Amino acid sequence: MEIPKIIGAGLVVIGVGMGIGRIGGSAMDAIARQPEATGKIQTAMLIAAALIEGIGFAALFAV
Amino acid sequence: MEKLIEQFSLGLFFWSALIFVGLILVLKKFAWKPILDAVNEREEGIKNALLSAENAKKEMQNLKSDNEKLLADARAERDLLMKEAREIKEKMINDAKSEAQAAGEKMISQAKAAIESEKNAAMTELKNQVSSLSLEIAEKVLRDELSNKESQTKLVEKMLGDAKLN
Amino acid sequence: MVFSNKPLQFIVAVLVACLPLFSSANTATDSVHAKAEVKTESKVLNIKEKEAEDRKEYIQHHLLDTHDFHLFSYVDDNKEEHHIGFPLPVILWDEGLHLFSSSQFHHGEKAAESKGKFYKLHHEKIYRVDSAEGEIQLNNENHHPTNVKPLDLSITKNVFVMLLVSVLIFLLFRSLANSYAKNNGVAKGIGRFFEPIIIYVRDEIAIPNIGEKHYKKYMSHLLTVFFFIWFLNIFGLSPLGINVTGNIAITACLAIITYIITTLTANKNYWGHIFWMPGVPVPMKLILAPIELLGTIIKPFSLMIRLYANIVAGHIVLGSLIGLMFLFKSWFGSTLSFGLSFAISLIEVLVALLQAYIFTMLTALYFGSAVEEHHHEEEAHH
Repeated sequence: MEIPKIIGAGLVVIGVGMGIGRIGGSAMDAIARQPEATGKIQTAMLIAAALIEGIGFAALFAV
Repeated sequence: MEKLIEQFSLGLFFWSALIFVGLILVLKKFAWKPILDAVNEREEGIKNALLSAENAKKEMQNLKSDNEKLLADARAERDLLMKEAREIKEKMINDAKSEAQAAGEKMISQAKAAIESEKNAAMTELKNQVSSLSLEIAEKVLRDELSNKESQTKLVEKMLGDAKLN
Repeated sequence: MVFSNKPLQFIVAVLVACLPLFSSANTATDSVHAKAEVKTESKVLNIKEKEAEDRKEYIQHHLLDTHDFHLFSYVDDNKEEHHIGFPLPVILWDEGLHLFSSSQFHHGEKAAESKGKFYKLHHEKIYRVDSAEGEIQLNNENHHPTNVKPLDLSITKNVFVMLLVSVLIFLLFRSLANSYAKNNGVAKGIGRFFEPIIIYVRDEIAIPNIGEKHYKKYMSHLLTVFFFIWFLNIFGLSPLGINVTGNIAITACLAIITYIITTLTANKNYWGHIFWMPGVPVPMKLILAPIELLGTIIKPFSLMIRLYANIVAGHIVLGSLIGLMFLFKSWFGSTLSFGLSFAISLIEVLVALLQAYIFTMLTALYFGSAVEEHHHEEEAHH
């Protein structure tokens, strides 16, 4: 019962990592395209990343 | 998950709730309200100051445009005056010129008339003198020629020929 | 989120970042020295395992709440362990109120007596034992104690630090509030640093998420929660070994308060979107209602887990890296892990601010959804 749980948590963390990576990458693209909107993009990026991060932590603590 | 639940301490929860809610209420009364009010007031003050500055600027602009209008009016008036003055000057010069010309012409014509009359008078006198002179000459010649017949005739002829010139 | 490029702030940040380094140095080194004299091979191996165990326990112990304020320990020439710190009051409710000093526990070594009952510490939790010599009975299956656990309302280290931080915040912002009156509406002193942050919370967090119309009634909560979390996070990086925001009870309390305020101030539109989602077919409405209802609970739950996990993760990583310093015992490895823990400390200073910001931001977002005006259909008609 322990092992599948851990594997599941690992999968969730991989997903979360990819998700946050994509958010970061897209934010970089957006900033490169519109440097004047950097502040707004960063705020939106942080919120989105934080929301996804929450899922990752939930998975980690569910183990 | 079990670890989390195990770690959960009711006492700590109770105290943190108490402290946090107490902190919110106390800070609301003693800190956030005065701070936010002060910040708002200051922002209002800045806004008002900006607004009044804007108004003052507008007023200045109005004043300036008024001034400019006045100035332009004055300039136009001056131009008008100058133009009129120039016209008057030109008119005066022209008038003077034409008057002078008229006067000059009149004088010339008078002079001409005077000259003519003088000439006529002189001519008449000359004619009179010529006739008296010729009479004298004729008298002398006649006196002279009457002594010599031939020369008398000759003279008469010559005289007559000369008289044609006159 | 850069406040200023001034070197002063950088120095302060570096100082704060360095502080945890020497806080954790004590027990690990001293125990190493005390036991390093043993010669035989097998025992050396044992000691290494013991040290690793010690380190793990040290980190885990650091994450826990304690009943006394423990600053550091050392071993004197007579191999006696000394603990430097001060006791805090213990308040128990166990068929009557019990109030005594935590020094009676003798750092968990002895049972404390109060009104004829005996209590003993086990992993920083108080259990009732039968007598002064009574031991805690462990369950064979999961090693949980089977003793009676009285309701523990003690002023623990975390409660103490929270009180301290509350007083600090109160004095700080009270002086800022007073400085306006004295200085003709201009902040003075340290308030000059905090005033832009207050304005930032108002203009960048509260107004965009809640709206110009309703934001005022939530400002007190948002500002308090922001500074409370931020200060506690920063205190957690201090060498005192405090871990307040990395405690599930405290993050749960903050999240539940957010949930209560959201629920109490919610308007008809908010409940309408939960129970009878407009603009979708009826079967969908029936499916969405429980999901949305669950969502209202998941939101504060994620708030709780996020703050807790970020702070705990930071503390574990920092503790492990500092532990590595003593594990390597070579100039290269220790320098490397010093550099690493230094870098992580700097990141933790950022995380301290970031987590406070995100908690406040999401709280404002939830408040905003609670008071959002009914305008979806109107927009559709336009």
